[in-house]
Amino acid sequence: MTIDIRVLGPGCYRCQALYENTMLAVDELPIDARVTKVEDIGEMLSRGILASPALVVDDELVMAGNVPTVAKLRDLLSQLVPSRSDT
Amino acid sequence: MSARTEARPTTGRDLRLWGGLAGAGAAWFVLYHVNAPFWNWLLFDAIGLDPASRLGETIRFFVYDTAKILLLLSGIIFVVTILRSFMSVERTRALLGGRREGVANVAAAVLGVATPFCSCSAVPAFIGFVSAGVPIGVTLSFLIASPLVNEVAVVLLYGMFGWQIALLYAFAGLTIAVLAGVTLGRLHAERWVEPFVFEMQVGATGDLGLRPSWHTRIQMGTEEVRKIVGKVLPFLLIGIGLGAIIHGWVPQSFFERYAGSDNPFAVPFAVLMGIPLYSNAAGVLPLVEALHAKGLGMGTLLAFMMAVVALSLPEMILLRRVLKPKLIAGFIAVVGVGILLVGYLFNAVL
Repeated sequence: MTIDIRVLGPGCYRCQALYENTMLAVDELPIDARVTKVEDIGEMLSRGILASPALVVDDELVMAGNVPTVAKLRDLLSQLVPSRSDT
Repeated sequence: MSARTEARPTTGRDLRLWGGLAGAGAAWFVLYHVNAPFWNWLLFDAIGLDPASRLGETIRFFVYDTAKILLLLSGIIFVVTILRSFMSVERTRALLGGRREGVANVAAAVLGVATPFCSCSAVPAFIGFVSAGVPIGVTLSFLIASPLVNEVAVVLLYGMFGWQIALLYAFAGLTIAVLAGVTLGRLHAERWVEPFVFEMQVGATGDLGLRPSWHTRIQMGTEEVRKIVGKVLPFLLIGIGLGAIIHGWVPQSFFERYAGSDNPFAVPFAVLMGIPLYSNAAGVLPLVEALHAKGLGMGTLLAFMMAVVALSLPEMILLRRVLKPKLIAGFIAVVGVGILLVGYLFNAVL
């Protein structure tokens, strides 16, 4: 089942950095995920996010406010994914 | 959502972390203090440039200042990022929600400096604060203080002019943020906010995500240094380059006659020049240092720098989504006047 990963942020260099780092982390992991960048502030606010950028995995807010390294994202995602795989 | 703490790393890793940090700190200290003598030796003794020549002085200024500023920048960004990792915009919102103006403006200004805040978050933060019952004036104090009392500016001022100037700057910036926020609040700035802001639904915020371990905090610190220095470097080199040329080529006290501390037009002119310019403190300050050495009043220069960093076109464009043009104009006017007054004050006092 494809995991839905969203990077939320109105579009400054930090949001872009999180998006790129997330893409890299996902590439390094044996998971099937789709990473999208969401710039709509409405969606951010409805989730209660004030500080961009933010990371949402399968509709659950994972972190917000800063840009983790690719390694950190890899750890984060690999911790979250086992609870979501249907295989 | 409960705050989870990351798994504790082993004590071996802890030891390496703190050992590495202590080593880096010591290295920083040493580099900072050998900086000046090193370049003097390299350029004048080893290579043989003439210290009295214009070229010699220009090159010396360029390399010495670049090294000094890069060291100061790395140091302060690292420390401040780690300190800020303990704060968040969500927590600030909770602290300020529902409070009345006055003391809340002061708290907002201080929090504006302490909270990790990227100016691209200005719009969501604004909406979030409003929805939590934070008065508009208080929110504006937060938004003004954040770019104005910029840790990069403070540390560079310290490196160039000493801690008294740095402290005065921080204090002046906070005062401007507080008074501007109070003034705009008194003027009932709510009527100049786009109506949709009051209708936006903001989900429940909380202390989200993990509480980072020290290891993560330090990683964040180094990442932030790398990122910001990379972003700032072009501006910095241009600023230092211009500063170096002024240092070497502009005659001493050149500006004293036309734009010294006693010229009443110098400050307004500096502020007007600064408003449309967009740069960060690291790019402007080397220029400020060189111009000051040639006779421009300190108040004039600080006013210029404040106008550049506090009133930036990109931020105004962003804020236009939530603030009506009247409020944008009022914002620029009130902050501009504040900067003006600070400029005059510093020229008179320093």
